[in-house]
Amino acid sequence: MSESEEHGVVLAAHDVTKIYRMGDVDVHALRGVTVGLRRGELMVLLGPSGSGKSTLLNIMGGLDVPTEGRVMYMGRDITAASDRELTQFRRDHVGFVFQFYNLIPSLTARENVALVTEIADKPLDPRDALELVSLADRMDHFPSQLSGGEQQRVAIARAVAKQPDILLCDEPTGALDFKTGIKVLEVIDEVNRTLGTTTAIITHHAPLASMADRVVSLADGRVHQDQSNDTKIAPRELSW
Amino acid sequence: MNLLDRKLFRDLMRLKGQAFTIALVVGVGVASYITLRTAWRALGQSRAVYYENYRFADVFAPLKRAPNSVADRVADVPGVSNVYPRITKQILLPMEGLLTPARGELISLPTHGRAPLNDVLLKAGRLPEPGRGREVLVYEPFAEAHGLTPGETLPAILNGKRQDLMVVGLALSPEFVFAVDPGTIVVDDRRFGPLWMAEDGVAAAFQMEGAFNNLVLRLEPGANEDAVLNAVDGILKPHGGLGAVTREHQMSHLMLTGELQQIEMLVVFLPVVFLAVAAFLLNVVFSRLVTLQRSQIAIIKALGYRNRTIALHYLKMVCIIVSIGSVFGLALGAWMGNAMLDLYAQFFRLPMIRSRVDLPVSINAILASFIAAVLGVAIALRQAVELPPAEAMRPPSPARYHASVIERVPLIGRVAQTTMMVFREVWRRPVRTFLSSLGIAFAVGVVILGRFGEDAMQPIIEMEFGKKLREDITVSFADAVDDGSLSYIGSLPGVKQVEGLRQTPVRMRVGPRWRDTILIGIPGNSQLRRLYDVKAQPAHLPHTGVLVTSILAEVLGAEPGDLIEVELKEGDRSIRQLRVTGTVEESFGIQGYMQKHELHRILREGSASNAALLRVDSKHEVELHSRLTDIPSVQSIARKRTVLDKFEEQTRRTMKVVTLILTLFATAIAVAVVYNNARVSLSVRSRDLATLRVMGFTRGEISSILLGEQAVQVLLGIPVGMVFGNFGARALAEGQADPEQFRLPLMISQQTYAFAILVILVSAVLSALLVRRRSDSLDLVGVLKTRE
Repeated sequence: MSESEEHGVVLAAHDVTKIYRMGDVDVHALRGVTVGLRRGELMVLLGPSGSGKSTLLNIMGGLDVPTEGRVMYMGRDITAASDRELTQFRRDHVGFVFQFYNLIPSLTARENVALVTEIADKPLDPRDALELVSLADRMDHFPSQLSGGEQQRVAIARAVAKQPDILLCDEPTGALDFKTGIKVLEVIDEVNRTLGTTTAIITHHAPLASMADRVVSLADGRVHQDQSNDTKIAPRELSW
Repeated sequence: MNLLDRKLFRDLMRLKGQAFTIALVVGVGVASYITLRTAWRALGQSRAVYYENYRFADVFAPLKRAPNSVADRVADVPGVSNVYPRITKQILLPMEGLLTPARGELISLPTHGRAPLNDVLLKAGRLPEPGRGREVLVYEPFAEAHGLTPGETLPAILNGKRQDLMVVGLALSPEFVFAVDPGTIVVDDRRFGPLWMAEDGVAAAFQMEGAFNNLVLRLEPGANEDAVLNAVDGILKPHGGLGAVTREHQMSHLMLTGELQQIEMLVVFLPVVFLAVAAFLLNVVFSRLVTLQRSQIAIIKALGYRNRTIALHYLKMVCIIVSIGSVFGLALGAWMGNAMLDLYAQFFRLPMIRSRVDLPVSINAILASFIAAVLGVAIALRQAVELPPAEAMRPPSPARYHASVIERVPLIGRVAQTTMMVFREVWRRPVRTFLSSLGIAFAVGVVILGRFGEDAMQPIIEMEFGKKLREDITVSFADAVDDGSLSYIGSLPGVKQVEGLRQTPVRMRVGPRWRDTILIGIPGNSQLRRLYDVKAQPAHLPHTGVLVTSILAEVLGAEPGDLIEVELKEGDRSIRQLRVTGTVEESFGIQGYMQKHELHRILREGSASNAALLRVDSKHEVELHSRLTDIPSVQSIARKRTVLDKFEEQTRRTMKVVTLILTLFATAIAVAVVYNNARVSLSVRSRDLATLRVMGFTRGEISSILLGEQAVQVLLGIPVGMVFGNFGARALAEGQADPEQFRLPLMISQQTYAFAILVILVSAVLSALLVRRRSDSLDLVGVLKTRE
């Protein structure tokens, strides 16, 4: 048993560097970031735009590979995994939520969720997943018939329906107004509490930090701060 | 270069795969039009000029023998402008290197001056001179096939006497543009060719001084053909007239006309299909392009560019694609047009008038492709250009989908979500799906058309050569010989079996309908000739009465049980009433069959035959042929195997070229349809597909969604294409120049269907794989970060 697992770390980045080559210039998106996601916690990854937080999330979620450093999942090194292995990793263990929902327009809410449950090992029933986000009554609607907030909740239901080990949310409220955003955060919080899904939320919006178990702030490709939040509050009490 | 043009150039480079495949389809459309038009014009014009300059006759009247004065009476028939009496005789040419002697058709030339009708085109040497009975002109292709040149001798059997003829020149004639041995059905320059000799020589050899047995005429413009034919038949009847026919029934003219008619059919059909496909693909690609460039268009408009400028910008792009296609099409068309004429030159012997580039044809082709292209993109461009800039800068509203009625069917509603994605996408764009499938269907149909001819030949070969004709050798006699001669033939070395056939020319009539044809008498217990009915079951000869080919029955409107009037053209030329007892199914000609002894009874003659069917032992064939050739009354000797081989070779040679060209054309359509649709689909759905990849779907799984849609279109198109192929084949079969003389059965083999499907599937899969490479390298992160 590795050291990280002893501390309950499920997914970890060790000294990760990411350099993008943009034309003739190298862009250092990450400069030696080490961060670990512990079992069952809700982590908020905070940082201004360009701080490298999305890059970090993509690397940890198996969408991208680091230039240097290592990514460990449950003590297994997935840094040098092949595309096939990374696909399998995402398929089995990771749920994603994005700013723009990314629902499949040709499938209804229920079908969007079923898309995942069909390929998962121990999935929730799509209806239960939609009930979790309070959308059971709209499950036969197509995305074009749902509001932005509803679409994002479907996206969350879709991400959690396969009961992933880790839920990664990239600016989940970025395209939503305040009220709707709160509702979406409540759903994420509820998933984290009731299903115990290890969750990371990326945001540039500092007030969100108050709902986290732990807050990691990133600036200029480096971890600026990594601290536990002992005064965690419910999303509905957030204000900005 | 202004800035918009620079954008245009860069956009085009990005679209190069799509631009290329569409240009290819345009090019093939242009090329097919130019090829067919060029060939059609060259062949048609060459024929017209040739016929005019060498005075090709309008009416042909063969007869037994008439004194020259009879020709003058024919000349007096109203509507006749010119008559030319001549002597024609079938002769044997025992050429070295041939097992069976070749057949020659010896034709007289006027002793002085040129032939007033059906003149010869002298290709080498000189005309035969009067008083020199051995001098002949030889049909150029026959001479070439045997390496004969003027000054050499040619062995011949004239009226039973072997003699060496002197070749003084090589010639062609408008009568023999397509020189097919009347006894067989193949062009075989080694085994058949006309020869021309001065009239006094022919007359002396065949005791025809002061007489003729073949009359050709030219009619005055607007003459009543039927009236002339009737009058001519009336005059020639006492002289053994066999029935005058117009040039529409002359074999060479018939074949040439048939070819021209087939080209005429294709020249409309093929280019229209290709240009329609090109227009459709341009529509698909440009609709997507202007959607993708919606905000760019808005910005350009906001900057103050006019709608017209923007429309022109996209039209220029279309025009560049069409221009590339046209240039390619012009070059391909010019090359293929020439290749096609080269192929024709092997069958149609006439001075071909070729033009390097046919300007009006080329201009038409290019104009048509531009019009098709502009029509294809017009609607998409109009919508894009007319959008107000502010609206254009907003992203287009999300695609709306609905559950279709079909999904309520319980099983269908339960398919996997990925299958549902494919299904709904197909359902959401029914017109595009329909047109794409139509494109694929055309491609399948075109491949089938390319192979149909060869398919249709197979049953003909099996039926005619395999089942009906069971002899090894057919020997025909100039005049009917007593059946006693058959026993002599039966005693020749290697002959295992011999049967006599009696054939006699007749006119069959039912009410106002009539046809000049032949009646064939077959021995009742014949082993060497079998007849088959429409169900390919053996048809039995009645004791009395006749069997007629189904086409003849149809032409005459006669049904089994009906009486038909049969006017004999031999013997006492009396008119008999015969009962039709049934029909037989044959590919060639219209004829009637009856018991041989019945025919003898009608002709009031003893046992006689004008053809002998032989089964032989191949070990003795060489000697047998030489002995047969020595029999004076023998007019021709045909070996079934040789005819069959030649027939198959001739069919394959033409069909191979046609199959190859049409298959390549069809491939161009299939590739362009699948590739462009898949590219557009990838562009439209890249976001969905990237989302699925993020969720853990494999490359294989997402490409099956992307390509599933194409697969549906291809799979829908294939059965429709098989139906199209069937229709096209039917049109081709029915478009034969003279269905009474030759019928192509509507037969498409399973191999052809399989081949067509395979060609389309392989093209589709290869095109899909090209696009799959792109879907494999989807930028997951990039796609998700942007809002469509």
